[in-house]
Amino acid sequence: MTSLLARLQTAALVLALGLCGSATLARPAPELVLQLATGDNDARIAALGTLAASADPDALPLLEALRDDALKSRGGNQAVIYDGETARDAITGKPLVPVPDDLEDVMTNNRVTVALDAAFAAFDLAAPERATRLAAVRTLQESGDPALLPLLDKALATEKDPQVIDLLRVAQAGARLHHPDRATRLAAIETLGGSGAPGARAQLGSLLEKNGASFVEADAAVREAARKAISHIDTWLEIGEIAGGLFTGVSLASILLLAALGLAITYGLMGVINMAHGELIMIGAYATFLVQNLLRTHAPGLFEFYPLFAIPVAFLVSALVGATMERLVIRHLYGRPLETLLATWGISLVLIQGVRSLFGAQNVMVENPAWLSGGVQVMSNLILPWNRLAIIAFAILVVMGMSLILTRTRLGLFVRAVTQNRQMAGCVGVATPRVDTLAFALGSGVAGLAGCALAQVGNVGPDLGQSYIIDSFMVVVLGGVGQLAGTVYAALGLGVFNKLLEGVAGAVLAKITVLVLIIVFIQKRPQGLFAVKGRFADN
Amino acid sequence: MQSRRSFIKVSALSAAMALAGFASSAAFAADTIKVGVLHSLSGTMAISETVLKDTALMAIEEINAKGGVLGKKLEPVVVDPASNWPLFAEKARQLISSDKVAVTFGCWTSVSRKSVLPVFEELNSLLFYPVQYEGEELSKNVFYTGAAPNQQAIPAVEYLLSKDGGSAKRFVLLGTDYVYPRTTNKILRAFLKSKGVADADILEEYTPFGHSDYQTIIAKIKKFASEGKKTAVVSTINGDSNVPFYKELGNQGIKATDVPVVAFSVGEEELRGVDTKPLVGHLAAWNYFMSVKNPTNTEFIKKWTAYAKKHNLAGHKDKPLTNDPMEATYIGIHMWAQAAEKAKSTDTDKVIAAMAGQTFKAPSGFVAKMDEKNHHLHKPVFIGEVRADGQFRVVWKTPGPVKAQPWSPYIPENKGKKDEPEKK
Repeated sequence: MTSLLARLQTAALVLALGLCGSATLARPAPELVLQLATGDNDARIAALGTLAASADPDALPLLEALRDDALKSRGGNQAVIYDGETARDAITGKPLVPVPDDLEDVMTNNRVTVALDAAFAAFDLAAPERATRLAAVRTLQESGDPALLPLLDKALATEKDPQVIDLLRVAQAGARLHHPDRATRLAAIETLGGSGAPGARAQLGSLLEKNGASFVEADAAVREAARKAISHIDTWLEIGEIAGGLFTGVSLASILLLAALGLAITYGLMGVINMAHGELIMIGAYATFLVQNLLRTHAPGLFEFYPLFAIPVAFLVSALVGATMERLVIRHLYGRPLETLLATWGISLVLIQGVRSLFGAQNVMVENPAWLSGGVQVMSNLILPWNRLAIIAFAILVVMGMSLILTRTRLGLFVRAVTQNRQMAGCVGVATPRVDTLAFALGSGVAGLAGCALAQVGNVGPDLGQSYIIDSFMVVVLGGVGQLAGTVYAALGLGVFNKLLEGVAGAVLAKITVLVLIIVFIQKRPQGLFAVKGRFADN
Repeated sequence: MQSRRSFIKVSALSAAMALAGFASSAAFAADTIKVGVLHSLSGTMAISETVLKDTALMAIEEINAKGGVLGKKLEPVVVDPASNWPLFAEKARQLISSDKVAVTFGCWTSVSRKSVLPVFEELNSLLFYPVQYEGEELSKNVFYTGAAPNQQAIPAVEYLLSKDGGSAKRFVLLGTDYVYPRTTNKILRAFLKSKGVADADILEEYTPFGHSDYQTIIAKIKKFASEGKKTAVVSTINGDSNVPFYKELGNQGIKATDVPVVAFSVGEEELRGVDTKPLVGHLAAWNYFMSVKNPTNTEFIKKWTAYAKKHNLAGHKDKPLTNDPMEATYIGIHMWAQAAEKAKSTDTDKVIAAMAGQTFKAPSGFVAKMDEKNHHLHKPVFIGEVRADGQFRVVWKTPGPVKAQPWSPYIPENKGKKDEPEKK
């Protein structure tokens, strides 16, 4: 009966093909299609394997339908492709009007997805674009399925690109690990061991596992070769790990540095205990959010580059808020640290509440543009995320910019003069109130830049600043008040040290330890790492 | 000068008051029944809890539109405990003692629930707690409308161990550092041991609340996973830390097909701030997903969409989302109203007696039933995979509602504990 049905369906299919030659029909065996739509996961994966090994391009629409959730099952005996508007039988291609209401979703879980990805990759091996082939062979590498060997051999025979060939060889080796021929297995182990492929270690490790009483790999010499290959891979993994640890440290340092740089001016140079510093960072982050939204609605073409537009906006907005703060409140409190502390703390609460009323208490979504998502694979276990790399570069640029402004411009000269000796600077004609405002605005603007960068890695919410204010003061105080270089070294030291500790002791303990160590350090050396030397240092 | 300074002081003071200023607005209206809503509207938990406040208000509006409870309108009293655990207790006391609420709906984190528990017990008031939690607690004054471990954590890990879940052999138990993750992981560790997973194959890691730098943790997970055998991550990270965690996960190229992450506190709402494309396939276990298809859920989503539009809720007015704790809040309020009607009173003890065996047609598509004894709901369990649009595709579910086991059988000390609150 079933076979008769199948034959009828095939006949209908041939008929339909004859009638309208342009119809896009899935031509793979009807029982495979049915198995894909209505079988359990094991049957589905088996069907996908068969389709992949056949590399029949006519199966592609069907696979795409499965991927896009368009493939539905009906009553457990009909495969239907439903694109949201129209439905048609997946085997005959006959439209189903009206759309039946008893279509069931085909449950595609991770296990099926793996098989589906492998099937797609099998098709992509013959793709004309090099990048597609590279991605395909990378996907196939990890499967290690011997059924794919003929496909890989075929691809190797026609492939010209050296990098793709290399990867194909590794994939081939992975699929040959259980090859009946001993020499082939040994060669495969050697290829895998030297490949540095991410999944190689697990694949090799599977040879050493025990299957009941006996090893998966019966030959002791082959096992020994696998063990050697694994220890070779482990050495590289370890190097990658250390490099990764250092990178995370530097990355944290760059974030600490950005957060603290603004404070290094307002607190370090000007001596204003600015509790609202964190909120200036927060405002910078929200400015980034606004620029992102504006570009998304008004200039979608530029959306990819919104961070570049957000940088000046975040700087200006925060600088403006900072200048207003200085003009209205802080300038009346110079020389009264306790009142400054209270006032700026009050301002910080006002700013938080203001933002909360404007944007809501919820975090807002700042998306990473595509060029800041993902990362660059340096080693098999070391991926450097683009957003972190960008922030490190950005921090370096900001530090350079700041030191140029402070040492090479007239404003910088005035700022240094005023902070060293206000009366004397005033005497020689420097407009000290204006310099104060400008310097404070500069520090605030740099905080805004930090906000712009932090929006790329963390959450943007009204409380964003609260989590950075303590770290910022920590860095500035540790580095030595009044020193830009000190801030840089302190951020670097704290970042790397914190991350090293985190790797050993966990995030909670690391945080506590760092705080305790800083307290002890400040007890011993109140002036910080780098003390300002000179006649007015004590003032 | 002097006046300026006092201006500053006043502004600082008023700002501080504004923080606490969500407190009771119309505390003296007559002939209403007051109900408390105790959810963090600011701080690290606001990402999850704010929407529960709105759900509670929606349910109250709905009940009022049908004539209220016992012929009286419900009057919500909303307070903001600001993700500050001791403040939860203070606010709870304020709700019960000075606002005289008949019942309170609130809390998300277990640490906040533990903080208010003595207050509710001392003043003999009622709390409806809408979030999945670690169990190991059974108070006569609390109704737990979220999942107990056997209604979420255990089935999720069972799924990971199964063939369809990827036959995981090694587990990373990752959580925020407080009572819920620690207890859940203790239960899970015992459960995994009973399934033959060795201690060496379990890695437990904790981060503080609001942690935002997950580089080290992700590196550790990668290393653990590279040491062989299929690895899965069980995440009990709570609050907005989830956003940087998932961002880093995506950036570091950990795909769900290699190392699946199953989360117990991440739903549709938490994924709102995340680009979900790199996260496709990672899992969550809940008793409800927005993507569940049934008439009750369609109705629930429609109501929520209309409510969000009408009240101009940030985010939800453009992209309305529902999630499991919202459903649990919704069930809880309606069940309380039903119980109060049945008891013909809002008196705590009478309502508690009337709650036993209450049923409600839940948006999950099943009838949720309050257990006759143990103050927990009978609920179905769903496991979903993240889709590219931030919704979940259900890949596994229980055939029907599951009875809660607040005292996990995997903790030896629980042997002989009664499945109902101690009588006092």
